[in-house]
Amino acid sequence: MIHVEGLTRKYGSFTAVDDISFECRQGTVTGFLGPNGAGKTTTMRVMVGLTPATHGQVTIGGHHYREIPNPGRHVGVLLDASAQHAGRTGREVLLLSSRTMGLPDSRVEEMLERVSLEPAEAKRTVRNYSLGMRQRLGIANALLGDPQVLILDEPANGLDPAGIRWMRDLLKGYAAQGGTVLLSSHLLHEVEQVADEMVVIGRGRIVARGTRAQLLRSASGGLATTLVTAVDNEQLHRALTVKGIEATAAGASLRVSAEPIDVGRVAAEGSIVLTDLRAGNEDGLEELFLQLTADSQREGAPQQPAQPMPEGVNP
Amino acid sequence: MSTETLDLSSTPAIPFTRLVQVELRKMYDTRAGRWLLISIAGLTGLVLVIQLIVLLVKDQSATLGSFGAGANIPMVILLPVLGVMSVTGEWSQRTAMVTFALVPSRGRVIAAKYVSALAIALIAVVVAYVLMIVANLLYGAFSSHPMVWDFGGAFGIFLVFLLYVISLSIGFAFGAAILNTAGAIVVYFVYDFVLPGLMELGAHLLSWFHSIRPWIDFSNAQTPLQGGSSVTGQQWAHLLVSGSIWLGIPLAIGIRRMLRAEVK
Ligand SMILES: Nc1ncnc2c1ncn2[C@@H]1O[C@H](COP(=O)(O)OP(=O)(O)OP(=O)(O)O)[C@@H](O)[C@H]1O
Ligand SMILES: [Mg+2]
Repeated sequence: MIHVEGLTRKYGSFTAVDDISFECRQGTVTGFLGPNGAGKTTTMRVMVGLTPATHGQVTIGGHHYREIPNPGRHVGVLLDASAQHAGRTGREVLLLSSRTMGLPDSRVEEMLERVSLEPAEAKRTVRNYSLGMRQRLGIANALLGDPQVLILDEPANGLDPAGIRWMRDLLKGYAAQGGTVLLSSHLLHEVEQVADEMVVIGRGRIVARGTRAQLLRSASGGLATTLVTAVDNEQLHRALTVKGIEATAAGASLRVSAEPIDVGRVAAEGSIVLTDLRAGNEDGLEELFLQLTADSQREGAPQQPAQPMPEGVNP
Repeated sequence: MSTETLDLSSTPAIPFTRLVQVELRKMYDTRAGRWLLISIAGLTGLVLVIQLIVLLVKDQSATLGSFGAGANIPMVILLPVLGVMSVTGEWSQRTAMVTFALVPSRGRVIAAKYVSALAIALIAVVVAYVLMIVANLLYGAFSSHPMVWDFGGAFGIFLVFLLYVISLSIGFAFGAAILNTAGAIVVYFVYDFVLPGLMELGAHLLSWFHSIRPWIDFSNAQTPLQGGSSVTGQQWAHLLVSGSIWLGIPLAIGIRRMLRAEVK
């Protein structure tokens, strides 16, 4: 649905976005991940024509954004929730958008309710909004035209835990009904639970792409890993070694270089009682993320040897 | 429902009239905007009250036209501020991001803003005339002199409208070129107060300048619009030529800037 082709954006000699290509498929949520200054916002601004591309192009549903008549009815955009007139009330902000799109005024009320902004809050000026309220208003604004595509820049920013869960359910529901969602974040945890696919960007370049499972797998060097805890870890370790499967202790669990199903089989054959059996390395994604974007991290590279680029990872 | 393309066939484009309505609404839907509009009307009323008191105390004769001249003073000072804010409000408050995401063809938004500014100029003319008429009636009631209704006809009203449109447009142009409320207002006031003085000085010191001055002195060229009822062909020509320099150029720069600027 969203096609980014060879997109580059330069500011003078600085390249904010460097020849990136990816797509967001219909009916899915795509997470756009990267550290501060990676180029996420710039990419999204190019998508909706607020920033011209230096090279390359973006099409949404086969069209350039500028060519879409009344684009608010097709593409919901939230780029910066604080970019609202401080002197307008929340309700007025939505009313202006709604009138521009030619929607009935009743739509404003519906959206306020949808994002849980109470009537009293909607009457307040945006100046007096909390961060999370601004964010909710921005989301309401993006949903106003009942679009098929959502482009959201850090939508969870400032939301409380209940708000984040609500947001997650909202986006999942949106995709389940055939919508297409692109959301950015620099928090992996926020995105991995909702995104079907992830695009990781660092210093303007795409460093990894794929589903959560693909990325997880690449986090362990392309090999399957399993985290397992048995009542008797020693016994399980011995049983695995007999089968030629490598395992190392990892806290109260074992980290095994095999698929969970194989580990389960070994345990079943040896009548070993398991208390936990999980795919991959839960911290792996976080580590991978840090590592992939290491040279663009402000805090310097983490202490990890470089791994060969596995599948699902673009060098 | 599994197509990767967007079907746009049933989505009509946004009609221009709707954009104008929205832009007009933006001028009064904030407290700052409302107060600016109210203070333009209020200050015009205040100037007329002072003028009325002075005329009555000094027992001088006056006409509707005298009150018109009085009303024009606050109008031509404050309408440019309104023009500035109609553009810069969008940029300094960063709402341009939302506006241009909803209407990517920026030219249409700028045109809608300009048309809504013209609508405000029209309202300003009506307000000015109502206040002038009230002032003249009060003058007639309290003065020993007779009331004189020198309306100047439809053409006279048109000239006032033109004057207000020019004032608003100058503000609009500076707002667009500078895209910052305070900056644009400062530059406008420098332009409005310093430039006429420079023109005067230039005409004094340089004889060749004296002869071309009518063609480049925009503020002098607007004088026939103030309460006049006839404008000669040459006066129109002066207005047009000086206007293209002092209004046309900033407006062109401003529109170009708004069309191209990266929206942040
Ligand atoms: N107008 C500009 N002039 C110069 N550099 C710019 C401009 N706009 C953006 N940049 C630079 O482009 C880079 C990418 O910025 P961008 O806002 O896209 O990052 P981001 O991924 O959204 O980061 P964050 O997670 O902090 O929001 C940054 O280094 C930024 O400073
Ligand atoms: Mg950003």
